[in-house]
Amino acid sequence: MEKHVTQVQTVHFNLNGKDVERTVDVRASLTDMLRNDFRMTSVKKGCEVGECGACNVLIDGEAFNSCIYLAVWAEGKKIRTLEGLLGPNGELSDIQQAFVDEAAIQCGFCTPGFILTAVEILESGKEYTDAELRKLLSGHLCRCTGYENILRAVKKTMYKRLGKPMPEN
Amino acid sequence: MYDMKALYQAKDVADAVALRMAHPEAQIIAGGSDVLVQMREGKRAGVELISIQGLNELRGVSLEDDGTLRIGSLTSFSHITRDPLIQKYINVLGEAVDQVGGPQIRNIGTIGGNTCNGVTSADSASTLHAYDAIVELTGPDGVRRQPIHDFYIKAGKVDIREGEIQTAILIPKESYENTFGHYIKYAMRNAMDIATLGTSVNVRLSADKKTVERARVAFGVAGPVPLRAATAEAVAAGKAVSMELAEAFSQAVKEDINPRDSWRAAKDFRMHIAVESAKRAFIESVKLAGGAL
Repeated sequence: MEKHVTQVQTVHFNLNGKDVERTVDVRASLTDMLRNDFRMTSVKKGCEVGECGACNVLIDGEAFNSCIYLAVWAEGKKIRTLEGLLGPNGELSDIQQAFVDEAAIQCGFCTPGFILTAVEILESGKEYTDAELRKLLSGHLCRCTGYENILRAVKKTMYKRLGKPMPEN
Repeated sequence: MYDMKALYQAKDVADAVALRMAHPEAQIIAGGSDVLVQMREGKRAGVELISIQGLNELRGVSLEDDGTLRIGSLTSFSHITRDPLIQKYINVLGEAVDQVGGPQIRNIGTIGGNTCNGVTSADSASTLHAYDAIVELTGPDGVRRQPIHDFYIKAGKVDIREGEIQTAILIPKESYENTFGHYIKYAMRNAMDIATLGTSVNVRLSADKKTVERARVAFGVAGPVPLRAATAEAVAAGKAVSMELAEAFSQAVKEDINPRDSWRAAKDFRMHIAVESAKRAFIESVKLAGGAL
């Protein structure tokens, strides 16, 4: 049998505002590297085929399912996980607090993925309709909440950041 | 961990071609949303990969001197939808690829990958067929340009030759000028689903908006590869804009398509939604072009 030689590569990237480097197995997904090498356990292993959104992270400001992204592709990228949203003393960000306030969480497994998509939505600085928000959030599966509370948490934070009152339904 | 034998990362297009020549058995990987999922399923277990992910020169949309719209093969679906040139000249393509998978998949997936995997249900494919897109391939002997109709050989098989990678999708000016189109994806869910049928129609009207100068229609999942409905196009060409024409045009698509029974939908049902989608997309295209019916 052919002897298998492990192929490794050193990647340099920015993780939650800090420049880091790691030598990784080229077979690793970005989820593998973030969890195993950096202990970013908010990045969940769900379906591992890009369907559930539990492993979602922001790469250069855009939401990506890190399970179907090779770790070595992180070279030169700015990557953000839920851990990066906390304040210097562990304070929750506005969108995390909104998820708590609206009971948009139950088991919590989908929450980090949802929140990072919400961050991409909020950072666009745009005002979206409910239909648009539903579409923008559609890449995540939640088996507990029924989505309505999640939608409300994102919507509430969107209006708060835009400095506008949230319209009554 | 993915079950791969080796990963070769191309630095530029020339390097990618050299890697293709050196490792003819290796699978090209762009965004990864097809190849990595197939590896996870075990279909490509132990494969060698040539990654073109880092070739940033293949990202973005531009206008060439002769008016050809050039879409780099690694341009993601979300970037196509947001691109001002796409919105101005071929908005229907941006709308079609905005229906692929979900938001994260649209950030990962590329138009090159969507066409190179050769599946008939690809959301970009019917619109690219309906606009006579040209596929640009770069290989050891330079650049080769091929109409997209000939690029698709059979289900899952496209005409990428030894040492080649796809570098761009080109939309000729003749195809998009004064032309307005509409795409309808029929699927069981709004997100994260594969099309049961995809229908892309575009029309060009006369200056007074009363006559259809040209109508084009292409389908995904109406055959093993995306296909055009030439009979329907001939029915509409040169005719006065009317609801009767929309009906005749849509009925004529039955002459051209050959959908199959599958677990997603029966042949008869696909025929029915093909006619209905062609009609609705035709009406919408005429309206977008400024016509009344």
